[in-house]
Amino acid sequence: MHDYTITEHAEALRRGDYSSVELTRHHLDRVDAGEALNAFVTVTAEQALEQAAEADRNIRNGDAGPLSGIPMAHKDIFCTRGVLTTCGSRMLSNFVSPYDATVVTRLRDAGMVSLGKTNMDEFAMGSSNETSYYGPVKNPWSPDRVPGGSSGGSAAAVAARLAPLATATDTGGSIRQPAAMCGITGIKPSYGRVSRYGMIAFASSLDQGGVLTRSAEDAALVLQAMSGFDARDSTSLDLPVPDYGAGLGDDIAGKTIGLPKEFFGDGVEPAVAETVQAAIRELEALGARTVEVELPNSEVGIPCYYVLAPAEASSNLSRFDGVRYGHRAAEYDDLLDMYSRSRAEGFGEEVQRRIMIGTYVLSSGYYDAYYIKAQKLRRLIADDFTRAFEKCDIIAGPTAPGTAFPIGAKNDDPVAMYLNDIFTNSVNLAGLPGISVNAGFDADGLPIGLQLIGRYLDEATVLNVAHRFQLATDWHRRAPGGYA
Amino acid sequence: MSISSDQVTYIAHLARLRTDEEKSAYFAGHLSRIMDLVEQMNRIDTDHIEPMAHPQDGALRLRDDEVTAENRREDYQAIAPAADQGLYLVPRVIE
Repeated sequence: MHDYTITEHAEALRRGDYSSVELTRHHLDRVDAGEALNAFVTVTAEQALEQAAEADRNIRNGDAGPLSGIPMAHKDIFCTRGVLTTCGSRMLSNFVSPYDATVVTRLRDAGMVSLGKTNMDEFAMGSSNETSYYGPVKNPWSPDRVPGGSSGGSAAAVAARLAPLATATDTGGSIRQPAAMCGITGIKPSYGRVSRYGMIAFASSLDQGGVLTRSAEDAALVLQAMSGFDARDSTSLDLPVPDYGAGLGDDIAGKTIGLPKEFFGDGVEPAVAETVQAAIRELEALGARTVEVELPNSEVGIPCYYVLAPAEASSNLSRFDGVRYGHRAAEYDDLLDMYSRSRAEGFGEEVQRRIMIGTYVLSSGYYDAYYIKAQKLRRLIADDFTRAFEKCDIIAGPTAPGTAFPIGAKNDDPVAMYLNDIFTNSVNLAGLPGISVNAGFDADGLPIGLQLIGRYLDEATVLNVAHRFQLATDWHRRAPGGYA
Repeated sequence: MSISSDQVTYIAHLARLRTDEEKSAYFAGHLSRIMDLVEQMNRIDTDHIEPMAHPQDGALRLRDDEVTAENRREDYQAIAPAADQGLYLVPRVIE
């Protein structure tokens, strides 16, 4: 039953084929059996079964929605009241949140059952899930490889059928890149669509919540429940959310797909390039037209991102000072020493590196040369997308330049790790919606992601094209050996 | 672009991250490589371009100056490393 879609589960629950308690217990058993993946930081079995029992009562009373009784998992970046919320960090390894994130509240209100909290790169800083204080997550397709990051635990859990879906966040690719490396579907909506309230901040002008699922159809259902205005997030968009299900099955004949020539260059592994080209031919066979577009400033997307994201992070993470919550050093001389020891002990190496880069580019004498320069490039990058979308409805290309790499392979070189984000982070800089869907496998059986990027606020077209692709292919139905 | 060990020590102080000679030297190598990457920004001329701070140039929404949060001081202080009688405790700063 763990291979069913959310819609199939919802129908089965309503028919009484099985109860939410049974479905939840089944997934909790799978979480236990899949412990070696290290996908979860916290499992809330007892609470999950209570929530499932409540969902069963609601279903029996005819008071159920499309997500009632469906088990899921939250990335451990979302605050959950009364439940450990670590953000993958020693700094928050003792933090039991006193409140729920809006995303958590909305999915709970929709009747969903939370199985627990998933592992992640520390403070979402990483592309491999190796920076977690709780250890690396293993890729279900190949346990010696990374699942991608930063939402690596969520991606591994969904790929291994430990949960039908999991929430995730994306600052520079952290939903789409692990979706690609784990062979699943991951959507990052437009900036402002999903409330950031209670989503622990990394880079506030780039962070956006979304979801990892096994299909675009499932993603549309969950995104619908997550999205919408929230007065508690000052950057939340006060706009109606369209019905993502309404146009999901629309014919894509006549849609124009833009192919940025910069996304098909030398840096892409041949198997990735070939698989993505084949996926684009599939879309053409469905009647879509393709046109070459240009994103000429995308070459500086990575340096631009690695100024802006650390700058915002250095400011956001100043709140962790050992005073109000989180880790405090056991011994210290004075207040300053308490701050600096607590932070040096509480933050891992990559987080400290990014705080230092951010502090440096914001420091006196360097602000204009780095921070303002990067903000100017951000405008050029966003303008490139605007111009490209004058010629097309959607942009397609690879999600990541390569497939999942071995655990440890890029640990000594932060710059090599950063280059994983080359096709994803410009989408965050511009605030656009993007999805990654499985498009096939390389010779080693590792999944390859097709990325679809939409116009600002046009999640509907992104989901529509992804769904039509999945109706015509079965890549998204493939399960890793041992987890089918 | 090279960042020296002394510069790392200064940056770490600004960021309130305890460091020592060995740690600063270790981070100096990584930060130098990252700044080499960052320098690639200079390939592109950005004269007369307006900086973009926020996607789609969005602005923060203002709200009425009304109390909306409930008082949950005890809940919040229950998770503090050290709190007493409604106060967060830190090392003495005024003699």
